[in-house]
Amino acid sequence: MAEVVLSHVGKVYTDGTRAVADLNLEIVDGEFLVLVGPSGCGKTTALRMVAGLEDISEGSVAIGGRVVNKMPSRDRDVAMVFQSYALYPHLSVRDNIGFGLKLRKLPKDEINSRVADAAEVLGLAEHLDRKPRNLSGGQRQRVAMGRAIVREPQAFLMDEPLSNLDAKLRVQMRAEIGRIQRDLGVTTIYVTHDQTEAMTLGDRVAVMRKGVLQQIAPPQVLYDRPVNLFVAGFIGSPAMNLVHATLERGDGGDFTVAVGDQRLQVSEKVLSERPDLERYVGKAVIVGVRPEDMEDATVAGDAEGRTLTAPTNLVEPMGSDVMAHLTLAARAAVTEDIKELAEDDGGRVLDESATTTTIIARFSPRTELQVDDEAKVYVDTDRLHYFDPDDGTAIWGDDNPATTTTPNTSQGTTEGEST
Amino acid sequence: MLQRVSRSRLAVPSIRLRRLPVHLTVLVIAAIWLIPVVGLTVSSFRPALSVATTGWWKSFALPGDYTLENYSNALDNNGLGLSLFNSLAATVPATVLTVTVAAAAAYGLACMKFRFRNSVLLLTVGLLIVPIQITLVPLLKIFNSLGLTGSFLGLWLAHLGYSLPFGIYLLHKFFSQLPRDLFEAAAMDGASATQVFFQIVLPVSRPALASLAIFEFVWNWNDLLTALIFLGGFREVAPMTVTVSNMVASRGNGWEVLTAAAVLSMVVPMAMFIAMQKHFVRGMLAGSTTG
Repeated sequence: MAEVVLSHVGKVYTDGTRAVADLNLEIVDGEFLVLVGPSGCGKTTALRMVAGLEDISEGSVAIGGRVVNKMPSRDRDVAMVFQSYALYPHLSVRDNIGFGLKLRKLPKDEINSRVADAAEVLGLAEHLDRKPRNLSGGQRQRVAMGRAIVREPQAFLMDEPLSNLDAKLRVQMRAEIGRIQRDLGVTTIYVTHDQTEAMTLGDRVAVMRKGVLQQIAPPQVLYDRPVNLFVAGFIGSPAMNLVHATLERGDGGDFTVAVGDQRLQVSEKVLSERPDLERYVGKAVIVGVRPEDMEDATVAGDAEGRTLTAPTNLVEPMGSDVMAHLTLAARAAVTEDIKELAEDDGGRVLDESATTTTIIARFSPRTELQVDDEAKVYVDTDRLHYFDPDDGTAIWGDDNPATTTTPNTSQGTTEGEST
Repeated sequence: MLQRVSRSRLAVPSIRLRRLPVHLTVLVIAAIWLIPVVGLTVSSFRPALSVATTGWWKSFALPGDYTLENYSNALDNNGLGLSLFNSLAATVPATVLTVTVAAAAAYGLACMKFRFRNSVLLLTVGLLIVPIQITLVPLLKIFNSLGLTGSFLGLWLAHLGYSLPFGIYLLHKFFSQLPRDLFEAAAMDGASATQVFFQIVLPVSRPALASLAIFEFVWNWNDLLTALIFLGGFREVAPMTVTVSNMVASRGNGWEVLTAAAVLSMVVPMAMFIAMQKHFVRGMLAGSTTG
């Protein structure tokens, strides 16, 4: 077990394409770090550079204090779980798991006992003599995990290990990976494009976009204090609603956000949390509101200055909540970040000129809202997010870090970097 | 749903009907191939007089009209026993050599990165179209100066050289389609390139290696030209092909012995094919990767 340090790591392919730029990560011993981002953001390339499957063009990677740039994969003492599992088809489960130990010429008894232990942990004990082709998808995934854990390596590298499982199995294996990693305490770098996996598994989560690290922080910090529109839109499901708005200060000194023709009161507390907002008074901003920070006003009770009205175009009862799709009379925020997120989201169409925005609110199941109703929406205005419309960075201006370079410094020194 | 079921029920006989021409064609082709083989085999067990007077199919009406005389005649009097041994001595090592060297070369060309890799591959494939005949004279000169002519070693090397381009081409195609993840997983597990070759690539490539082995074995077994040129026509070293062709020339009449010789030279490649058949496992890679 060891720490993994990436300093100023970059990857440029021979055709000049840049996959990763100036990546700095410090993963401490035993930490579970998740690299997340849309496809093509460089997360897998970064992982493969740590694995030694990809040359490192710039910077250095150190595992357990040793710089490994020139070291071949087999000497790095890290184990990898592949997206495709990459099991050895001609070997039994037992030999698949024990392959790495056999290559290291461990005594037979020890190989057997370690394989048995790993199989026990993964519930594979009865399948040890089967070939991969006779296993289900979930069992294959476990064998791939077994091959990694039996080696007791310095670090685990996982490249979207759950993406080929069906939804139910994925949730189950996700919990299991989390449990195994905690039990073994092995430093882990986990790549995924699934923000739920990132949030549930990571001690810290690093969000990447086009080869550039956007933010690295514990999941809750990432969720509460996204440094820019990209992170805000990527983390959370359903995604944060983002609309154009204007900040205004009334005659009585009260602070309002004008969303279309409607106004939301914002308390002084928010201003003290985000001193930089002062500079945006009278200017356009992008306002973000998470679905769960809204509630049907008929359920939550009317609150003066904290409600919006919008016609309902779809109501999706989920049992525990009701997802209300509302057509808000305000211009949708469309920036490069948001366009890229929409593309990753299956090519959702964005209309820049539209004067209305579809927003999604997570209502209590007690709501009686019907399609075509004019919804009155209570907005928790203390929890609004504000972004600069030009560069998409979050508007803060306080001293709290939104990015932590090391996981255990909760009150760190670095200001949330924006790119 | 209901519609689907009824449609698929209807489809069953029609699929069978549609496949009928295919099955018939296959049967006819099989018969065209099999009848001469059966005829030859039956004839080889008939006495000289019967062979000369009646067709082989008539023999089924004459029970007991069979003999092993042709075989003993061929093996003892015509030295076919020695030739059988010579053929095996020429073919088996040449086949093993070709498959081994081609596999190693194809692995390098398919799975390793080095300068001029593509050029080397292109050159190798280009050699496929060079006719053997234009290499005979220069090669024979070299072999003479090295003292390789007339020896089995020389023949093995000649076979190896002539077969390698095809062998490398065939195996390269197979190796380069193996999932890359498999090699990377092995590398992560601590395997060197050599270990990947022996412990991963070779075992999962059994079907390709078996087909190459069969090709090479049959080619080398049936080869007359290379054997004549590099071994010479001497009786002590003559393989089956040379001996049988000499028999054709010397005994135009006694062709009942020829049938026995032909059956003998046919049996070995057939046995080889049957032995290799079990390696043609379908879906060798099944279960290794998803998707």
